[in-house]
Amino acid sequence: MDFRDTPDEAAFRKELRAWIADNLPEGWRDRPPSSGRMDESVSREWSRRLYEAGYAGLTWPKEFGGQGAPYTHQAIFLEESARAETPEHIGIIGLGMAGPTIIAHGTDEQKSAHLSRTLSGEEVWCQGFSEPGSGSDLASLRTKAEDAGDHFVVSGQKVWSSFAHIADYCILVVRTDASAPKHKGITYLLVDMHSDGVEVRPLVQITGDPEFNEIFFTDVKVPKTNVVGEANAGWSVAMTTLLHERGTLGFALTARLEVLVGKLIALADELGAAGDPLIRDRVAQQWIELQALKFTNYRALTTLMKTGVPGPEGSIAKLHWSESNQRLGKLALDILGVRAQLDGEDSDWFGFWQYQQLRSRGNTIEAGTSEILRNIVAERVLGLPRSR
Amino acid sequence: MDFAFTEEQQMLREQVRSFLASEFPPERIAKLAESDEGWNPQSWSTMAELGWMGLSIPEEHGGAGMSFLDECVLFEEFGYGLYPGPYTSTIGIALPALRSAPEMLESIASGQARVAFAGVEPRGARTIEDTDHMTTFADPDGAAWMLTGIKEPVADLSLVTHVVVSATTDDGAGLWLVVPGGDAVTLLETVDTTRRMGRLTLEGHPATLLVPPGEGDATLSRIRRRADAALALEAVGVAQRVLELARDYVSERKQFDKPIGSYQAVSHQVADTYMSTELARSLAYWAGWSVAESTEDADRAAAAAQSMAGEAAVSACERSIQVHGGTGFTWEHVLHRYYKRALSISHFNGTPAARRAAVAATLLDH
Repeated sequence: MDFRDTPDEAAFRKELRAWIADNLPEGWRDRPPSSGRMDESVSREWSRRLYEAGYAGLTWPKEFGGQGAPYTHQAIFLEESARAETPEHIGIIGLGMAGPTIIAHGTDEQKSAHLSRTLSGEEVWCQGFSEPGSGSDLASLRTKAEDAGDHFVVSGQKVWSSFAHIADYCILVVRTDASAPKHKGITYLLVDMHSDGVEVRPLVQITGDPEFNEIFFTDVKVPKTNVVGEANAGWSVAMTTLLHERGTLGFALTARLEVLVGKLIALADELGAAGDPLIRDRVAQQWIELQALKFTNYRALTTLMKTGVPGPEGSIAKLHWSESNQRLGKLALDILGVRAQLDGEDSDWFGFWQYQQLRSRGNTIEAGTSEILRNIVAERVLGLPRSR
Repeated sequence: MDFAFTEEQQMLREQVRSFLASEFPPERIAKLAESDEGWNPQSWSTMAELGWMGLSIPEEHGGAGMSFLDECVLFEEFGYGLYPGPYTSTIGIALPALRSAPEMLESIASGQARVAFAGVEPRGARTIEDTDHMTTFADPDGAAWMLTGIKEPVADLSLVTHVVVSATTDDGAGLWLVVPGGDAVTLLETVDTTRRMGRLTLEGHPATLLVPPGEGDATLSRIRRRADAALALEAVGVAQRVLELARDYVSERKQFDKPIGSYQAVSHQVADTYMSTELARSLAYWAGWSVAESTEDADRAAAAAQSMAGEAAVSACERSIQVHGGTGFTWEHVLHRYYKRALSISHFNGTPAARRAAVAATLLDH
């Protein structure tokens, strides 16, 4: 057991820190606390620079434009990026979900068509999984794809899709056999978002931001060469995507929470709340929970490095992070006190905390609701009898 | 970065677990918990022969020269097995005070000496480190010393051969070694009868100096963080055991023709216990490593771990009792013994909130 960086990890971290300092966009550090929305042009430029410097797809195989680096480098990358509050890579869905799924299940053509373009940010991805009638019960999805010889014709509606408004491609799960049991008639497609019949409409959240979108597919032609895995065998491919969604998320989320805890301490200081014993207790609790989360991620990472499979500890990272992040938002509002009611330019920190608090309510819903995650822990980690 | 125990440490863990499982099954623990003595002294010699007492004691003093991290494996397993004996007191808490007493280290390693730590007082020092309010005094008596004062509660007092006692003088606080005996020891009634507590009454009691007056605070702070880490690990062991009991019970027990673990109102409580246990485990291992390596963050790591692990163990027991239904509320079931240990751990040196206050000071006061 040793929590320090190895010499190799320390060297990588040092080099990365210097690179970030040299490459952050001009004026980036002095920008007002943003409400959290991604600035598209900044992110596109940042993605290109990351790719050229070899920081995009660190753990991906070299033949696909990655670095073949150990997972610890990826963890360090996420930590340092969050600490420096760098822009986001535009390809969050591509790097975290579409890419790993194509690497695991895609054809050679799909790999060469998409992987390096995803890393460089030239190709932006969105995810077409949830539907108005299919949330946690994903396998009940109804978007259908009809066999038309060399292609499928796709019709239906997807929802909660981040980046769809700027995406070039969509990882889409569709029903190709309505007569089969629900898990067996699903196919996993890569869909060109510029195709005829694709329409994206913004979906405004409780924050007032249209971060998510609805996607409508009306007789969209998708070549059969864009099937990932086999037709009607898309469920297990989709599970790969979700495993990666939840598996790689922990470090990024924890690193972001670390930044927020730092800001929370600054806020308590600034507003003279640091002497209030109730606030002190809650600030300490946030910090302790953050450390617990961080070291739980490290523990899962050690298991991953040693066995190639993430440890069961990792299954709780998102679950705990979301709840801790929600508590943090509320604590910030309590520190703001009566001024918590204000927003935007008239509030402290330009509405930063008000936005954080509202946005955090989505954390226990997106990427698997807390209820579904507890089912996963109960059934897959602890081996309890199935609930359904 | 490497967050795993070594193979040797894993083997040690398996050895301890199987030893306790065969020597101290729940019915044996129950018998000891309700006995006058409260433990089985024979087990101590056996464990010393297995080399468990001297893990971190230097080789020249009869130990194995390993580290606190190796002992962490035992703290956790002793929590898991609810071992009633003064291991945490002797190794987890008292040991740092005995650096200047090599003959004591040898006696501990060989299993002859068992040591309690007496810090808190009924009307005076409220925590191990609270030397400002300390009412136990040390007076020089020629080359020796005499101690006067009352320490209570003192964990494992009736089970030990020696006691490390904190006391104050005109020149500040220090630490002394006392051989209790006769009227000095009173056994107190405790909630957790697998960890007996006593009152140490000293009236001009002869004592040997361990840490000179004025230097006591530094040692007490080391003792406190070691105790925090050790108890956090014990708490993790407790939480893990009651989690397993809950998991097994809800998988077997049927109501409305289905195992109750298939109902989410039940299974989600068990999932939450898993989550809080794993989070606490991460902190406890981090604390154990930080204390073993004396890192800059060791105090804070230990305080964080003790706060979260203490609470995690208590809530793990409470949820486990809940999902066991009436069975979990009976005297006959082992759960209440774990619950009482968890309650004891979380109040061992103050409260989880007090540990958070220590953490808050490092974050907010500058």
